Amino acid sequence: MKKLMLAAAFAALTATAAFAQGKPVTFAFIGELSGAGAVSSTNFRDGALMAIDEINAKGGILGRKIDLKQYDTQTNPGTARSQMQKAIDEEPYLILGPIFSGIVKVSMALAAQAEIPQIMGGEASDLTQQGNAYLFRTSFGQQMSMPKIANYIRDTVKAKSVAVVWVNNDFGKGGRDNFTKEMNSRGIKIVADISTESGQTDFAADVVKAKSANAEAIFVYTNEEESARFLREVRKQGLNVPLIGETTLLGQKVIDLAGDAANGARGHVGLSADIPVPAVQEFKTKFNARFKYVPDHNGIKGYTGVYAAAYATTKLGKFDSKALAKSLHGLTITPKDEPGILIETTWDEKGDIDRISYIAEVINGKQTITGELPKLGKATQ
Amino acid sequence: MQAVSSGCPAGVHHRAGLRPDPLAGHDALMADFIQLLVAGLATGGIYALVAIGFTLLWQTSQTINFAQGEFVMLPAFFMLVAMNWIGVPFWGAVVIGILISVVVLGAAFKKLLVDPMLRHGVLPLAIATMALALFMKEAVKDFYSAEAQPFPPLAAAINVNIFGAAVALQSLIVVAIAVGAVVALQLFLTRTQTGRRMQATAQNPVVARILGIPVERMILLAFVINAVLAALASALVTPIYLAKFSNGEYLGMAAFIAAIVGGFNQVRGAIVGGLLLGVVDNFAAAYLSAQYRAAIPLVLLIVVILFRPQGLFGRVEERTV
Repeated sequence: MKKLMLAAAFAALTATAAFAQGKPVTFAFIGELSGAGAVSSTNFRDGALMAIDEINAKGGILGRKIDLKQYDTQTNPGTARSQMQKAIDEEPYLILGPIFSGIVKVSMALAAQAEIPQIMGGEASDLTQQGNAYLFRTSFGQQMSMPKIANYIRDTVKAKSVAVVWVNNDFGKGGRDNFTKEMNSRGIKIVADISTESGQTDFAADVVKAKSANAEAIFVYTNEEESARFLREVRKQGLNVPLIGETTLLGQKVIDLAGDAANGARGHVGLSADIPVPAVQEFKTKFNARFKYVPDHNGIKGYTGVYAAAYATTKLGKFDSKALAKSLHGLTITPKDEPGILIETTWDEKGDIDRISYIAEVINGKQTITGELPKLGKATQ
Repeated sequence: MQAVSSGCPAGVHHRAGLRPDPLAGHDALMADFIQLLVAGLATGGIYALVAIGFTLLWQTSQTINFAQGEFVMLPAFFMLVAMNWIGVPFWGAVVIGILISVVVLGAAFKKLLVDPMLRHGVLPLAIATMALALFMKEAVKDFYSAEAQPFPPLAAAINVNIFGAAVALQSLIVVAIAVGAVVALQLFLTRTQTGRRMQATAQNPVVARILGIPVERMILLAFVINAVLAALASALVTPIYLAKFSNGEYLGMAAFIAAIVGGFNQVRGAIVGGLLLGVVDNFAAAYLSAQYRAAIPLVLLIVVILFRPQGLFGRVEERTV
């Protein structure tokens, strides 16, 4: 009888432990699944989904599978805050997204108050400059990428004057301010400063303005859909000036939307599905097979963001949101440590990211990598 | 949080409006002006097509269709389905899009929504069309995609020289098609028996019925024409806007403003209102302020309502098409 009771108690304890271990861990994705940010966020979400399914197929993190809950901000700051609160009420272990800088900006304080790490897609330079210990990038901030673009314009394009076309939101304003600073420091004149609106559909007047400025190059810093419309209008009006941009000009979705008009666009890409890294190419093939479209850099952001959290949690050996945030600061993950990270990546004390980056050009409807730039920490001037 | 800079950062020589290089001559200014004018007329022509729909429906059946913008958004997706799923070439897809629009946005819209709701007054119908607009947007998001979709351009990217200005052939084609459609409609309304019957129906349906005019059929015809114009506008505007569920939001508002500015009870008013709005929008973005361009049409609307409430070409208490 005593043996039987002991066996029953052991069985009950084992079952409880197994249940506790097997209970899914919740990740919350808060993104712009509709509205102006739908292209970027859908890519990010699908990349994250793919990583989660791969991790779950291998047994999850520390034996617990990941359950992804999704919240649509509708690219609306007010909705974003309420969706973030709704997500936090569900007590997730980790928050993924949002992607648009302005949407991140209005909602990130809630995640920080709840002490939940937030791995997001925003690139505005000021996001990580506010002492938020729970916010982490998945790509370069503008303060990292603009010096590289400025060098490219000075050294490769050899332009002495540029027109800047930027989108009037947090992402665009941050980029334009950083770009202007870098141009000034290199003695390159900005001869036209053209602001456009998020979701703008007609760029005829903006292209006429850019044309009349007679700049030697045009720097385009708008979101993906607007970039595609701008490229189409440039082609329509027959403007023949180098069009320089970042990932939001050279991404696959922009190329798909702009068609032939994207050919010739060039610039710096912090992250791209076309970079000549076998792991990234494998990711692209898997993503395309599953979602039936070619991912852009946001797909990689979502994918690597999930793997970074999984790696750091495994290293911690426990699910502790606060400890996860601490452990991500100063962490370097190499593909040898975790193949899902795709490229060696480092997070600094502010949550900014460092990794290699590339120079690219759209040739025959494909983004073609034409050069590689080393990890930062080395001089960018 | 980073403060949004309101002034020009150092090194920025000019922003927003066109501030030409002093070295640029009069010719360059004129070239810019012509390019903006043609681009504005192209956009305005599209607004006019949509605005005419507002006028037609109001004149024949007192219907204010707040889903008019979505009536322009949806045919692009009919065309995309025809191209991408069935493999029909572009112009074939445009024809298919127009035909489906005639059935869905013309006949079905009238029979299933307007007829049952109009009995309860103009206001319930207007609210019902708002609900229809939401339904159409969400349906496109669900059944197609929330993301923008590529849409083929109407013509190759070739420029035509007009008085020294390189004007896009695509813009000229849009203007030509829009003007052609408007002229054809005017000829139909004024030179054919059916058109005159429609006018009679709009002026006085009771007398028209006594005279033996099939009033119901004339009203149905107005809905069908509206659907054709909306589908045509869709084919013209989507290469510029890209196909997206939200395209109707601005288009519907712009066309509504154009119809009021021009005169809600006159087709010619809708045409003038549309063209005026397109040109003013482009000039405002280039010469005044890109940030305030969206406000300019509303300012125009306020000015017209204050000083000429019936619209530039509208007539007081008169209903003709």
